[in-house]
Amino acid sequence: MRVIYLDNNATTAVAPEVFEAIKPFLQERYGNPSSMHFFGGSVSREVTKARENLADLLGVTPGEIIFTSGGTESDSTAILSALSTLPDRKEIVTTRVEHPAVLNLCKHLARFKGYTVKWLSVDKEGMLDLDEVRNAISDRTAIVSIMWANNETGVIFPVEQIAEMAAEHGALMHTDGVQAVGKIPINLKNTAINFLALSGHKLHAAKGIGALYLRKGTRFQPFIIGGHQEHDRRAGTENVPGIVGLGKAAELAKQNLEEESSRVRSLRDRLQEGIMSQVQFARINGSLNDRLPNTLNIGFEFVEGESILLKLDELGICASSGSACTSGSLEPSHVLRAMGVPFTCVHGSIRFSLSRYNTQEEIDFVISQMSVIIGSLRAMSPFGQDKISSACIVQ
Amino acid sequence: MWEYSERVKDHFFNPRNVGSLEDANAVGEVGSLACGDALKLYLKIDPDTQKIVDARFQTFGCGSAVASSSALTEMIKGKTVEEALLITNQDIADYLGGLPKEKMHCSVMGKDALEAAIACYRGEPAPKELLDGELVCECFGVTDKEIREVARENKLTTIEEVTNYTKAGGGCGLCHDKIEKILDEIRAELRQSQAKAAAAPKVMTNIQKIARIQEVIDKEIRPSLQKDGGDLELIDLDGAKVKIVFRGLCSSCPSSSLTKAGIEAKLQELVHPELVVEEVTA
Ligand SMILES: Cc1ncc(COP(=O)(O)O)c(C=O)c1O
Repeated sequence: MRVIYLDNNATTAVAPEVFEAIKPFLQERYGNPSSMHFFGGSVSREVTKARENLADLLGVTPGEIIFTSGGTESDSTAILSALSTLPDRKEIVTTRVEHPAVLNLCKHLARFKGYTVKWLSVDKEGMLDLDEVRNAISDRTAIVSIMWANNETGVIFPVEQIAEMAAEHGALMHTDGVQAVGKIPINLKNTAINFLALSGHKLHAAKGIGALYLRKGTRFQPFIIGGHQEHDRRAGTENVPGIVGLGKAAELAKQNLEEESSRVRSLRDRLQEGIMSQVQFARINGSLNDRLPNTLNIGFEFVEGESILLKLDELGICASSGSACTSGSLEPSHVLRAMGVPFTCVHGSIRFSLSRYNTQEEIDFVISQMSVIIGSLRAMSPFGQDKISSACIVQ
Repeated sequence: MWEYSERVKDHFFNPRNVGSLEDANAVGEVGSLACGDALKLYLKIDPDTQKIVDARFQTFGCGSAVASSSALTEMIKGKTVEEALLITNQDIADYLGGLPKEKMHCSVMGKDALEAAIACYRGEPAPKELLDGELVCECFGVTDKEIREVARENKLTTIEEVTNYTKAGGGCGLCHDKIEKILDEIRAELRQSQAKAAAAPKVMTNIQKIARIQEVIDKEIRPSLQKDGGDLELIDLDGAKVKIVFRGLCSSCPSSSLTKAGIEAKLQELVHPELVVEEVTA
């Protein structure tokens, strides 16, 4: 069965170019970059090249890049480093809509390590109130950790502006850029951002590779301690295939970012308009203006998300849901809840996230199926029958 | 993605008996939009034979909620009301070739709807409304009585299992202590009834008694004494008198009389209610 993959905020396909670049390092070029001999040394040069490519994508210098095992490790490294280099400051400022990589770490630090966490709320559109952000940051703040783009709704936060606020108080600024890197232009050079986390598998590189941007001059405490790799900032023999692949993915992202993001945006908009014009009682979750070009989160009233996903899955369409039933927990999406999305809509929320590999034909097929799927599930639902049928008469 | 059985998928993609029933004389409704699943069950019951002649459902919920509803309607059609009430949530899960454990609450929802519909038919209040009790889980509105009932019926022993079957504790988690307390109470009840069952054959031979006493001492008593550096030995059984000697730190411990009372209580509970413990010097 053909697969229509619209779940790129969960993970992406490895780009064919990335796969080709990785291959030799899983086969004949297996040297250790730390070795003195030529066999290892030539591998070391490829790691350097990858670092340059990634630095280029972010507008930073190669020395500011530390390779890690992924977004989660980078987030932990940044936050824990800030707390140990600013030991007199016991406060963390973050949002209620972070990925668990930041959210659960902050909960843990509050519960077991005695830190105070200032949780910033969001409005109906998923946006922060900058006055609230400003008021939360003080001379007691060690780190401000705010994601660049939200994985569920695609909403983009003004992290460059917030970094200035943090700097005024001598606090460090970390941003979880996992969903933003490769999707929107990023240039860190003239910002006050101290740390940025990114993850390879969200931008067509492999899983288990990521990086941390560490602004030059920021005091740092490593998270993993051992050998001298990554200039004593992250111990452990380098994940060479992962790093080479991430370098290639960064190069591709840089080359095609503008053209691709406008193409992806127009497909996303087509999907959005197609569904919204055909399906009643649906609403878009997240600001329409400040949103990643690839993400569309829609809440369908009177239906439950897992049921929608199962029906999509039967057609080979991959998406995801903020419904409680799709996760191990019974709580629906903390992001949508924080936005005050009514319960009636949270359970029926579906996230479509596109990539450069999607086609218009795929999008049109999904549009043609959505109203059928929602219609069949609503016909089964005990709720809203009168509303739905009267709406049909009006149409 | 959940691992659903072929039967669950079949009942989700081809649900049987969907819709409302115009001439239903029993309707049961459970769940809500906010909870993420809800089921409305319509039954047509023949008043002469008490047979369920038709059943339909409307469900809002995940794949296993739809499949459980569909399965339920198939299972009860043609049964009498009395027969239908014998169906347990486990029967619904079994009919579907099993449900992922996190989804067992869907089968419980099916059973609840059935009970509600039949109560409606009989003009009684829905059983869930009778289960007033004390609200334990505020997120999903689950009471202590409800938790007790489902936990007993399905032999649940952990908070996680209670969440899987009733959803209680699956939200903010603030009620976990309360659920743990309920589980403790159920465990205590269970132990008592087991002890009664074990103590039931009162006509034990002396040898059986000694063997049982030794077993209880070894399993239930000595491990905790040993943790404090003490120990205990069974010397003899004389009628109802259990003669023991303390060893190690216990022999000089002032609380040994306290310990003795504790041991006596254990042996009375688990072996025979008339036993008394006597400390001897060996
Ligand atoms: C916003 C965000 N942060 C962090 C992560 C975690 O990244 P990784 O899977 O590389 O640990 C993800 C991916 O799920 C994410 O979407």
